[in-house]
Amino acid sequence: MNTYIEMLLTDYTLQVITVGTVVLGVICGVLGSFAVLRKQSLLGDAISHAALPGIVLAFLWTGTKNPLIILLGALISGLIGSLWIKGIISKTHLKSDTALGLILSLFFGFGMLLLTYVQKLPNANQAGLDKYLFGQAATLLKSDVLLLITVLGASLLVLLAFWKELKVMLFDVDFTKTLGFNIRFLDFLITSFIVVAIVLGLQTVGVVLMSAMLLAPAAAARQWTNKLSIMVLLAAIFGGFSGFFGTFISASSNNLSTGPVIVLVASFFVLISFVFSPNRGILFKHIRKLKNRKELKLFQTLGLMFDIARSHEDISRPHKIMILNGFQGYSKSTLQQLEEQKLIEVKGQMWSMTREGYNKAARLFNQPMISE
Amino acid sequence: MSLSQIEIQIIAALVAAACAIPGVFLVLRKMSLISDAISHSILPGIVIGFFITQNFTSPLNVLLATLTGVLTVVIVEAIQKTGLVKEDTAIGLVFPAMFSVGVILIALNANDVHLDIDAVLLGELAFAPFDRLIVSEIDFGAKAIWVMGGILLVSLSLLIIFFKELKVSTFDSGLAAALGFSPSILHYGLMSMASITTVGAFDAVGAVLVVALMIAPAATIYLLTDNLKKMIIGAISFGVIAGVSGYWLAHLLDASIAGAITTVLGLLFLITYLFAPQNGLIATLYNQKQQRKEVMLITFLLHLKNHEEESERLVSHLSEHINWQEVKAQSVLELASKNNFINISKGIIGLSEKGVEFTDLAVQYITDNEKSQIEEIKKEWFLFRG
Repeated sequence: MNTYIEMLLTDYTLQVITVGTVVLGVICGVLGSFAVLRKQSLLGDAISHAALPGIVLAFLWTGTKNPLIILLGALISGLIGSLWIKGIISKTHLKSDTALGLILSLFFGFGMLLLTYVQKLPNANQAGLDKYLFGQAATLLKSDVLLLITVLGASLLVLLAFWKELKVMLFDVDFTKTLGFNIRFLDFLITSFIVVAIVLGLQTVGVVLMSAMLLAPAAAARQWTNKLSIMVLLAAIFGGFSGFFGTFISASSNNLSTGPVIVLVASFFVLISFVFSPNRGILFKHIRKLKNRKELKLFQTLGLMFDIARSHEDISRPHKIMILNGFQGYSKSTLQQLEEQKLIEVKGQMWSMTREGYNKAARLFNQPMISE
Repeated sequence: MSLSQIEIQIIAALVAAACAIPGVFLVLRKMSLISDAISHSILPGIVIGFFITQNFTSPLNVLLATLTGVLTVVIVEAIQKTGLVKEDTAIGLVFPAMFSVGVILIALNANDVHLDIDAVLLGELAFAPFDRLIVSEIDFGAKAIWVMGGILLVSLSLLIIFFKELKVSTFDSGLAAALGFSPSILHYGLMSMASITTVGAFDAVGAVLVVALMIAPAATIYLLTDNLKKMIIGAISFGVIAGVSGYWLAHLLDASIAGAITTVLGLLFLITYLFAPQNGLIATLYNQKQQRKEVMLITFLLHLKNHEEESERLVSHLSEHINWQEVKAQSVLELASKNNFINISKGIIGLSEKGVEFTDLAVQYITDNEKSQIEEIKKEWFLFRG
């Protein structure tokens, strides 16, 4: 790690690439939060695949590999794909999963046909178009990074300007409509920014893995908070770190392309969040479940004791521990815990109920309590 | 046509047919994207299998890759069950991670694996005839024909044996469970079959295009019919047509065969999407326009029926009272008089006898709100639609 930081301070190319992937991660985290919350997780996957024919056609049309023109082609074809998906869902009985899968695979197939066609053309300067399939962070130039930063700034500005509207739309579309906001405009706004983010990411992580860049940081961030602003912030941080560590790992070992490594780092964040987040995480959920079960056992035992104590005039009359045997929920540790909570008193082989214990059980089972 | 050309077309047709069968059920069960997940996630299975056997088509390799596919489905469902993320997010998280593992495994062992990353996405259908099945020095033809033929045979026979069970569980899983078919056995059976087919097709058409072969024929035929048997037969035919004509398109352009097959599938879908007689875009838009007109007609007739006073029934003030544009009001007026629902005298509109009868029926329909009834009314009265 230390040597990497040294390298980072001296190596200009590495600086550019690292800044590029980090900024990309931040953009994807921010915009991905909206995609995930709008249940459009796989729209990103479809759009990124749908961008491929646009890339090749832009090259065929202009004959240049100017990244701006190529990205414009990708943008147009991605937008056409996303509009067609909406058209299929709203005008036919095909469901959204089918529409996504269709557009994704058909556009990609068409793109591959064009790509292989271009590759066989004589004297075509097409080398490098296929870097958009898996992405090559190493080809990031300073101009690309500047473009990324511009888009990040623009999307942050737009988010701030429409924050309230977007927030309402995320959680209650109908309510937003009744408030008089233009849903179509907001929808188009957020979809186009997502498309732009995807298109920009193609160069770095590629068509196939782009969707994970969009989803993973947001899905990880979702586990830690229920607040939109914090989620967006966390997703940006997760995205940025995925970019940073991904670049670090792939730069320090040969032969590893950056895209897959970034995706794996992001997936690792997701895994950690799924397991360890305090409120929603699997681990703490399980611990809470065990705790509840134990408490229930405790109450069962208490209820049993309550029934026994109730049948005697003096509720604090000692009973043998033995008579609890064979009933559900009784164990040595539960007795100990009950004693610790001062609900019962244990003396040798005998137990007796305290007044608090009796009243607590009475409350639990809706029975009359005893007073002083 | 040379022998290898014929063989490529046979393989393409077999792959397409084999993919179409599970595809129909995936589309109907709203699980199309599972095929996307499976086709990407089997990559690590294929690569690891290759390390062990040094061979792509060995049974162990196919088994390992299939297991990876089923494992993906299990992981996706496990994540869904935790409720931490929505269903499609679970899919979107799992398969890129698995795919990345596969890509990295290939990259780490680039010297030992003759597995090209392009081949992963595109397959190498053109080279399939070079891999021969030779048993005791007799050439039985391309290996892929036997592999895909076998998969198709298995999937066809499973389909025929379990057709009833599959049908019931696809359309009414509750009923299927009540009848005693285990939904989970059918589900995982289908998933395993989809995995095996994907693994078989992977060599030929690559990861992404398997998805096209599974979903596109099924989605296309679903726009044309909703009879399950017809759907399966139709999906297989679409697949085979696309497979063979895709080959020739690729031949013409000197480009990827798999890409060409997908393009043909895309064209088939586009044409159907636009022109399908019941569910196509044009038919839908036309129907919507007709319905809008009918609703307007009924609104107009109700207005006439509700207003005895002449001031509400003047032709010249029609647009004012029902709040319609002039042109719109004119067209509705024409439609109503064409159907003999109204008679106009001295610029005042009145309902004809037929109009009164129709309006009563329409009111009854609106209060009962039973869908089937309005269709009968429409047929009975045979509306002239503008």
